[in-house]
Order: sequence, then structure tokens, then C-alpha cells
Amino acid sequence: MTPPFPFHGGLKTVRHKTESNRETILPGSVPERLVVPLRQHVGAIAKPLVQAGDRVLKGQMIGQPDGYVSAAVHAPTSGRVVAVDQQPVPHPSGLPDWCVTIESDGQDRWIERTPVDYQRMHPSDLRNFVRNAGVVGLGGAVFPSAVKMNLSGHCERLEQLILNGAECEPWMTCDDLIMRERAVEIVAGIHILAHLLQPREVLIGIEDDKPEAIAAMNAACSGTGYQVRPVPTRYPSGGAKQLTKLLTNKEAPVNGRSTDIGVQCFNVATAYTLHRAVAHGEPVISRIVTVTGHIAQPRNIDALLGSSFADLIARCGGYREGVERLIMGGPMMGFAMHSDGVPVTKATNCILAVGADALVEPPVMPCIRCGDCVEVCPANLLPQQLYWHARAKEFDKIQDYHLFSCIECGCCSYVCPSHIPLVQYYRYAKNEIWALEKEKQRAELARRRHQARMERLEREQREREAKLRQKAPPRTASPLDGATAGQSPAEPALAAPASIAVNVERSE
Amino acid sequence: MMMIVAIVALGALAGASGLLLGFAAIRFKIEGDPVVERIDALLPQTQCGQCGYVGCRSYAEAIAAGEADINQCPPGGQGGVAALADLLGRDPKPLDPELGPEKPKMVAVIDEQSCIGCTLCIQACPVDAILGAAKHMHTVIARECTGCELCLAPCPVDCIHMQPISPTITTWKWVYPAAEARAAA
Repeated sequence: MTPPFPFHGGLKTVRHKTESNRETILPGSVPERLVVPLRQHVGAIAKPLVQAGDRVLKGQMIGQPDGYVSAAVHAPTSGRVVAVDQQPVPHPSGLPDWCVTIESDGQDRWIERTPVDYQRMHPSDLRNFVRNAGVVGLGGAVFPSAVKMNLSGHCERLEQLILNGAECEPWMTCDDLIMRERAVEIVAGIHILAHLLQPREVLIGIEDDKPEAIAAMNAACSGTGYQVRPVPTRYPSGGAKQLTKLLTNKEAPVNGRSTDIGVQCFNVATAYTLHRAVAHGEPVISRIVTVTGHIAQPRNIDALLGSSFADLIARCGGYREGVERLIMGGPMMGFAMHSDGVPVTKATNCILAVGADALVEPPVMPCIRCGDCVEVCPANLLPQQLYWHARAKEFDKIQDYHLFSCIECGCCSYVCPSHIPLVQYYRYAKNEIWALEKEKQRAELARRRHQARMERLEREQREREAKLRQKAPPRTASPLDGATAGQSPAEPALAAPASIAVNVERSE
Repeated sequence: MMMIVAIVALGALAGASGLLLGFAAIRFKIEGDPVVERIDALLPQTQCGQCGYVGCRSYAEAIAAGEADINQCPPGGQGGVAALADLLGRDPKPLDPELGPEKPKMVAVIDEQSCIGCTLCIQACPVDAILGAAKHMHTVIARECTGCELCLAPCPVDCIHMQPISPTITTWKWVYPAAEARAAA
């Protein structure tokens, strides 16, 4: 068998790529006001380093990584911090999150940039540098790259390093454009990854509907030994697991990681930002965003993080008539925004305006057990079984069917002839299971604390009794004194005020 | 003769089995009552005493001993009753309305301006989640508060109130798909 090795299931979806990939990347403008969320990555929220009134320079760290799985956040332009508070962010809940609001001074003045020589750096120093530069996976999952750049004993060295340029979601073209225009810098970023991970081969997977990107990457890779591998256009070939299967025919075990099979996968745009950080000392303060759909002039913008969706849409000529919904991400995996006032984050790969005509939602009918969802599931699951158990809220049974292997690609919902919102059920079930798990941990903590308190009260009671016995002259010098003392009528009355006194003493 | 052989053989068998069972009873002895442990694991550990027992553990012991019913825990709610019924092989029943209604999760908040530092709430808290000293301001460690409300009554200046926990971006959950819920109903 020769590559590509097809994965199970998947779909031919509508493409809608040409709307936004005909024009070059539009350089971003500097808006007057930037709202920079401190949580733009998977893991712990960054700790704010600035407060209202502080002056910041472009590229200055304003949020410090908090722990191992975290990433830094930087000021996208120079100016003055006007607030560090909760602001609306792009999230399906519409709830606010901690953000740093910066008023631009119009000078766009950089902080001193210090490139590093990655070949001479200790690997752990380099990873720290990457974490402090705010480099995270720009495919949309925003997992801190520094964590993925550490094999941490899962394998000696990597078999295959995979660069993900598949970009299978309809409408989205930001990776296509970055590969066309910045291929040389992407390859420079791959050098850094290859230096750290020592892979036997480097494979760059690109869907075959992007001939210009494939040509550009081929040209940039000549002489490096990196292989550009076109893969058939089939959703969701851009899923890390699906692309790994396509290129290497390997699959990670259910509860394992990709490094267990010697594979690590990075998005092409991540490699680009890695190069900018290492070779130019520029942290991640912007990203390419596809603004498309029901928009006057759909195109890709190199937008500063913290610019509002409305700013970007205005730069693309504004909405066309009849926009009903604004989606962040693609139509398959994205989610609807509550307003266009939310800021661009590292996860914002695409802003999709949807018109009323595309939003016809047919009524949900009962499942007819046709099995179409099983045919298309790229994770080899039984979506129908998952659906029954999620609907019945049977959270232990649903895990027997590997709910957590579901990548929420939406293939099952797409083909369902009864229009059942299957993925919504899976998201609901996953959230409930996590919440129950957290609840259990809280209960366990409360149980331990209650037990510790009971033990302490008992100990204090014993100590008090011992003290009283010492003070009071023994009336009867019998060895049963301890047993009789508690029975004397005067004792409890004495003990009660003493208990308060001891407690007060202790708390003072 | 045959009879004696049979008696001896069966006697030996019985003796051997007895020894084996006796050994197993000592070797594989289980500390504590496993049923109590399992019941305790299903209780919410609020330690509020609404069930009439001091703490969740005592209630679990009472259930195991058959002294208490399974519907006496308002914080555990109807879901908790169902889980207990499932574990004990009984029929679920509605919560005992006399013990109070099922409420959303709450956390105690001390109005620090009004607190006189009497330490009475500190002594009432079953999980030591209130921090403070005599004649100094007290405060609730929200992360460790179980929402049991036991600190409300002792406060001489009524400066403690219960606040519902509102969802944040990290605790928010996707809801049960509504369209389908309507169709199924």
C-alpha cells in the first residue's frame, strides 16, 4: 500500500474556498482599542503583569504563563493599559473573561526584540522561550506548543514530524494563504521543530485542492529533505489523527498520545510564528484570519490579536444584506458568536458570516437507525449508540463507547437524515461528565476536611480533659479515674466554656 | 466399612473447607463496612446535618443500619436519591419535603464591613472553610465552602448570606439539546 492511507469515514463537503483565497493577505491595521484576552490557549489563564494606567510597548509581555500547560500573552501594539477586567470574549457561552484593554498611542513602537540562536540553546531553555513567546497551536485548538515540543519520555526521538496544512474545513483559507505567501518562513520554523524533536522524516500534509500552496511549499522545501505530501480533499483530513493516518498509516491508541507512535503534528501557521519568535524575537501578537461568507469582499487579514471582529469585517467592506449569524471557525466545527464586538484571539482562524438562506434548520426527526453516521465517523465510533446514551443521560455507558475519542468534527450531524444535532449531544455529555468529576473531587475534599476537623476536636477534647485532671487534685486515686471523670455532673458544664476559650486562644 | 469411609471422607472435606474459610476470613478481612463507604461516596459531603445526623458519614452509617431512609439529603437532590436507590436496590422516592427543598449550589459570603470577629461561625463551619481570629475580620474560603448554611444561625450580627454560584467561562456547560428535548417530550 502506498500513501496516502485513507482514514475511515469522512465526507466530501461543500468547499467555498475561492471566495476568500483569490486576494493576498491584507496587512492588519492598528485599531484605537485592543481587548486582549488572558486566556487564549488551552491550560491555565495567564497572570496579568500590568494594571490600568501602565504604558506598554508592542510585544511586551502583559500576561505571564501560569504553570507548565500555559502560554504568555503580549501587547499587540504600544499604548496605555486602560483596564484589566472581564470583557466579552469569543466563547460559545457568551460569558466574559479576563482581558487587558489597551488604548493605542498610534506609534506602534516595538519593545527591544532579542532573537535567539536555537541551535546553541538547551532544549528546556528553548521550550521556555517558546512558552514566553506565546506560541500555541494556531489550527484552532491553541494547545501550548512548548508542551508538544517535549517528548517527555514517550519516545526516544520522533519517527515523523507532521506539518498540518490540510485545512479541510469549508470556507477557511488562512493556512492556504500563509503557505502561498510565507512558505520560506514556515520552513525556517520547521527547522527549529526538527532540531528539537529529531524526526526521521518531516511530512507536510496539504489537501490537493491547494495547488498554489503545494507549489510554494515544494519550492521552499527543496534541498531540505522535507516531503510535501498532497492528500485527497476529504473532510476531516486536517484532524491531527486523520492526517497522521493519511500520511503514515499509524493510529495512536485510544488513551495514548501521538508521541506513543512516534508522531507529533503542528499547524503550518504555528511553525511560522515559531520562526518569527526565535529568529526575530517577535512574540505572537497577530494571526491570519479568514473573513468570509456573507461579507462584501471576503479575504484573509493579518490581524492584531485583540482587534474586534467588527473591525475586521469593516475592513472587508462590511456585511452583505441579511446576515443572520456570525460563526468563529468553520461551518463544521465553529460556534456562533453572541456579538461582533468580541476580540480576535489566537484561536480565531475564521470569521464566517452566515446569511438567512443558509440557515434553514429542518425539524429534528426521530433516529431511524440508518447507520449513515457510523459510515462517516472518522474516529471509528458508533455515533448512534453515543446518541442514545447521551439522550438518556447514561454517562457511564456512553464512556464504554469511547465518547472521549470523538473529535466533534460534525460529520455525523451533517449526514443525519433526521437532522439530529448529534455533536451537541456529545458536547453536552462530555461537559456533564467533566462537571460530575469535578463535583466528586470537591466532595472528596470536603469529606477529608470534615474528617480532619472531627479528629482535631476529639484531640482537643482529650487534651482538655488531661489538663483538668492535672489541675484538680485527685479525689479518688483509682486507675479508673479517666472513666469516672466524664460521669461527674460538674464536668460537662466546665468543659463547655473551656472549649470556647481554647478555640479563641487558638484563633488568636 | 463403606459408611465409615464416607463419614471420614466427608468429615475431612468439611474440616479442610472450614480451615480454608477460616483462613480466608482472617487473611482477606475488610476493614470497616464497605456498604457505609459506598453510601458515603454517593453523598454530597456538604456536612450540613439537614438529614438529622452529624455529617454525611453518620447519615451513611444510619442508612446502612436501616435507621434512616434514603430521601433525607436535600443537597444530594433527587439525583442523589436515585443513586442511593440504585446502590441499595430499593425503589427511588421523592425527597422528604420536611427537610427542606433541593436548592442550587450556594456559597457563604461574609459582609466584612459588619463582621465583629466573634469566631462563632468559625466554630460552626464543618469543613474549616472560614478564616479569621477573635476581634478580627473573618472571611470564607469560597473554594472550600460546601454551602451548608451552618454558619448563618450563630452569627450575632447576621452578616453572612448565601450567594448562588454563577457559571464562569470555565464552569459553563453545553446544555441538553433543546429542539430534541421538545420533540422527545
